[in-house]
Amino acid sequence: MRIAELVTAFAIAVFSLYLMWESGEGPSWDPTAVRFANIGINLNNEGPGSGFWPFWLSLVMFVCSIMVGINWFRRKSPPSRSKDRFLDTYGVKMFALVGGGLVAFLLLIGLLGFYGAIPIFLFYYIYVLGKHPWWLAALIGVGATVFCFFFFDVAMRIVLPKGALEPIFIPLYDIFL
Amino acid sequence: MEIVTLLLDGVWAALQPTNLGLAFLGVIIGLFVGAMPGLGSVNGVAILLPFTFVIQEITGTISSPMIFLAAIYYGAMYGGAISSITLGIPGASTAVATTFDGRPMALSGNAEKALVIAAIASFAGGTVSNLILTGTAPLLASVALKFGNPEIFALMLLAFATFIGLSGDDIPKTIISICFGLVMSAVGFDIISGAPRLLLFDSTQWFSRGIQFLVLAIGVYGIGEMLWTINSSRDSLKMTEANITLDRVWNAIKSFPEAWRGTTIGSFLGFFVGILPAAGATPGSLMAYGVTKMVSKNQEEFGKGRADGVAAPEAANNSASTGAMLPMMTLGIPGSPTTAVLLAGMVIWGLQPGPLLFTNQPEFVWPLIGSFYISNVIAVTVNLACIPLFLKVLRMPFSILAPLIFVLSVVGTYAAYQNIYDVWLMLIFGIGAFLLRILDYPLAPAVLAIVLGPIAEPKLRQSLLLSDGSWMIFLERPIAGPITIAAIILLLLPLYGFIRKRMRSGKTS
Repeated sequence: MRIAELVTAFAIAVFSLYLMWESGEGPSWDPTAVRFANIGINLNNEGPGSGFWPFWLSLVMFVCSIMVGINWFRRKSPPSRSKDRFLDTYGVKMFALVGGGLVAFLLLIGLLGFYGAIPIFLFYYIYVLGKHPWWLAALIGVGATVFCFFFFDVAMRIVLPKGALEPIFIPLYDIFL
Repeated sequence: MEIVTLLLDGVWAALQPTNLGLAFLGVIIGLFVGAMPGLGSVNGVAILLPFTFVIQEITGTISSPMIFLAAIYYGAMYGGAISSITLGIPGASTAVATTFDGRPMALSGNAEKALVIAAIASFAGGTVSNLILTGTAPLLASVALKFGNPEIFALMLLAFATFIGLSGDDIPKTIISICFGLVMSAVGFDIISGAPRLLLFDSTQWFSRGIQFLVLAIGVYGIGEMLWTINSSRDSLKMTEANITLDRVWNAIKSFPEAWRGTTIGSFLGFFVGILPAAGATPGSLMAYGVTKMVSKNQEEFGKGRADGVAAPEAANNSASTGAMLPMMTLGIPGSPTTAVLLAGMVIWGLQPGPLLFTNQPEFVWPLIGSFYISNVIAVTVNLACIPLFLKVLRMPFSILAPLIFVLSVVGTYAAYQNIYDVWLMLIFGIGAFLLRILDYPLAPAVLAIVLGPIAEPKLRQSLLLSDGSWMIFLERPIAGPITIAAIILLLLPLYGFIRKRMRSGKTS
């Protein structure tokens, strides 16, 4: 936990510096714009520039990440004193299986669309991870998919991407849309 | 008198079959999300917000989706008590204080008494706060009409200062969370000049449209919080059985006068804590519990199953949730993370939250206020009638509920913006939120900040334009000045506590 606290503070500090750098970039249509010319409070009597808000807030974020680092050094915050692991064996396994499952779910949406990915993800989670009966997992998977189709595509007219399964849905469009 | 007429019109509109049905459905969903450990009103409202577009499309009114979401908020306040009492773990953070006496009461064989007291106290808190809201909201809105850019920015500063000064979380981490939300709200393009800015990692596909608040809110509450709950609640929970019979419920109702003191304190204190920008129902219920215990003659009985100890936090969290609506509706400043999501919903539906709402959109405001009364009655009735059912629902395995929430989060994010990059971004935020949560980074301030950022930035920049770049504009104006000073005091409060602590330890050594 202690190492994670320091690494996170360092990552936030780096990200803050990156945000400050990006905030100072002038508009793309003005190649003559000087970096950080837009962070002032009263530019040409027109008030603060476009980079003013994000730049100074990112600076505050940077300063606070340094403070988190100082608190880590002085062991002031609970995570900086903790001897626990950031994620124990259960946590790592859960994170890999559930987080990985979610990433795979989104990748599957790209391939099979929402209506192919939803039942596969639900089956994986409920049957494989949850260890519930296969028929229950299949029932919930199919039920949720049918609900989503009628709710989004039919009722709300929001056509969810269908990927490679698009041809299967063409007859359904003719019936319901 | 005019208020009474407007309110009666509002109640009548809320009683129309569609709105009544939506309030009923919202309360049921709210009771469910409130009762499920790991889910709270903010999760329910954030995840279901994209689904309200269909309500707006079908009903053709803006008040109906809001009535639905407000009913979820209401129901969740009632529902939180169910798991606090029967499982001993709060269904939502707003019901943490309910466990202190609710759980011991359940363990001593009086679960039904605790559940009934919680329900009636919630109803009392909801009713008192609705009456105060009805009386004060139009008045506050008329005062707020005089607010200019510096005043509104000062109020937003006060909202963030409340988080920093009173939340009790690690201060640098709270500030990081706020700044992160505010900077993320600036991604995409400059609201004033229209210039593109912060196109992170040179990716126009991902960031040119800006980062939508729902992407962050669903990421934090739909993915991050769920992962955190799965990781932290690994032990099986033991539920205390409640023996529900009509006789026992009637006896519990008859014993309610024992809880009058806690109910009264919770109802009034909760409302005023709820009004504080960014405070909300959780500190309201904890404070009400503390004050009720402090003024009680039987302090030693608290924590052992005292009726006042159940009633005070339950009355307070309901009252505070209505109180949090007051600044949202009259000033456009949310009083809690849930109202921040509601506020963003109002913007999506084309409304401009703030004082003009009462004059320009009375057909939205009054049915909504009317629905608070109706939802309160529905919630207490459904709650009392369906306690046995909710106890059964609470046994629903998390390994079935969690994937359904993940699917809702993914589909909901896509449906709201129809952009797959937003879904990926939501997942990245969710995983980041989970990892940061383990390290005690508070995440509610980031969600509040991404909602308030697009309002706060132009207000600040226009104020500074008005003053030729002088910050004194926030101190010199008669309304902005005291608000800014209050914000500065709140910001300095932790520093004062730190110095006092150092001085004390110096004296001791």
